[in-house]
Amino acid sequence: MVRIAVDLNRCQGYAQCAFLAPEIFAMHGEEALLYDPEADEAQRAKLAQAAAACPVQAILVDAVDVPAEAVSGAR
Amino acid sequence: MLGDGSLERLKREGRIVVVGASLAGLRAAETLRAEGFVGSLTMIGDEPHEPYDRPPLSKQVLLGRASADHTALPRLRSVEATWRLGVAATGLDMAARRVRLADGDEVPYDRLLIATGVRARPWPHEAEAELDGVFVLRTSDDSAALARRLDAGPKRVLVIGAGFTGSEIASACRERGLAVTVAERGAAPLVGALGGVVGAVAAEMQREHGVDLRCGVMVTALEGDASGRVRAAQLSDGSTVETDVVIVSLGATRNTEWLAGSGLGAGPRGIACDAGCRAFDIRGIVTDDIYAAGDVARCPHPLFGYQFLSLEHWGNAVTQAGIAAHNMLSESTDRIPHLEVPAFWSSQFGVNIKSVGVPSLGTEILVSQGSLKDHRFLGVYGYQGRVIGAVAFDHGRWLPFYQELIETTAPFPPAFPTVDRTSDGQRPLDADFPDPSVPTHGPTVTLGGYAPADRRMTFTPAH
Repeated sequence: MVRIAVDLNRCQGYAQCAFLAPEIFAMHGEEALLYDPEADEAQRAKLAQAAAACPVQAILVDAVDVPAEAVSGAR
Repeated sequence: MLGDGSLERLKREGRIVVVGASLAGLRAAETLRAEGFVGSLTMIGDEPHEPYDRPPLSKQVLLGRASADHTALPRLRSVEATWRLGVAATGLDMAARRVRLADGDEVPYDRLLIATGVRARPWPHEAEAELDGVFVLRTSDDSAALARRLDAGPKRVLVIGAGFTGSEIASACRERGLAVTVAERGAAPLVGALGGVVGAVAAEMQREHGVDLRCGVMVTALEGDASGRVRAAQLSDGSTVETDVVIVSLGATRNTEWLAGSGLGAGPRGIACDAGCRAFDIRGIVTDDIYAAGDVARCPHPLFGYQFLSLEHWGNAVTQAGIAAHNMLSESTDRIPHLEVPAFWSSQFGVNIKSVGVPSLGTEILVSQGSLKDHRFLGVYGYQGRVIGAVAFDHGRWLPFYQELIETTAPFPPAFPTVDRTSDGQRPLDADFPDPSVPTHGPTVTLGGYAPADRRMTFTPAH
């Protein structure tokens, strides 16, 4: 599982991500981007490609393993 | 403090507590670790969830393209914190440097960051708000519950309030083929944030997509059936809307009640802080050890006459949190000011809306590119002869240029020709913002005057 957020202030709708990882990113109308905030582990390589290809570097992806940073209500 | 080693000691063995475990809180925690803080870090959040992203909750989730409990924020680095989630902070003892929690526990700190954000303003009539089928949308739990109800195929959805959130909800419902009525007290959707000229375009977009948009009306009552399910709404024009889902989108309330009586300069307009994110106490004196960031903070902005701005914007939360964290660990001469130009986005009815600056401060608007009729344009806002904001409808790529005009206080109207200038852009128009004395649900920027701790606001009792 990989978590994703896109800084849509930066995003300018170049749609590179939608070409490289269409399962995760899709244009919605001419300029707006819709994305799945969570991708399967199997999509990690594609996702990394899409993030790297973004001309404005708007795609944020987990840099640390989820289990290592899992949280709980415990002290 | 300078040169006495106390800062090094803080970084090595200090205790930093972050109240608010959402976007601002998480990004601040990451910055603290990135800048070499190896002491103890405690994250306190009233929701039981780890930090998650809210923008998808009114878009992807309602469209059924993502699940509400899977919008957790990506982790940019390890924060190695003690997490106290599902436990609200209930009090602050500034002298003893302790945060009180709802479970009776107390957490001591050397530095405190407050990023408690805002919550959805509920429907004011409590019994009506309790009716089954009445929702607000702010948290992932709200979004999950609403998405479930939309999946069940309601006959009609009523959205109360046509600000950004309300409009996005209406858009998602229409895209799903649901019948939607929107009731807005103002003259048009988005009017509080973008004014009447742009509001008219937003109204046209809603109607073209089949929304039953009613402006200039208030919902006066919600009616339930015998089993406690909402079934109709009464409007101030005497009409009735039969509906089985009501979404109350009347803006947000700042989460500052827990600070009442603490001595911190906090109130209904947020927590007053300086440009370096240090919070003021009620005497108007800046504290050394308490910082604020995100939706709950209000701080003076030099580009906007040093007025105190509260910004309910994603980008503001990220930037301000990073600056607060940096400044917490820095000598006074190494601190950085929060000078970012405000920016936000929304997507609705197939159109991408983006803005920079503070349009709601503008008095005039010039449609410098594109045309209103096509719902594709760039609007520049002017205030006292200078450019103060801009909004783009499917024209986002031009915004960095206009941001520079705002940053350099360029003259309004801009003296140069622009590409794709149409007949709409012949001269500036009255931006047509509602009278500020008339309450509207929806500006995402709140102006709080000049005083560090505006007494009328700061001392308003919580009850």
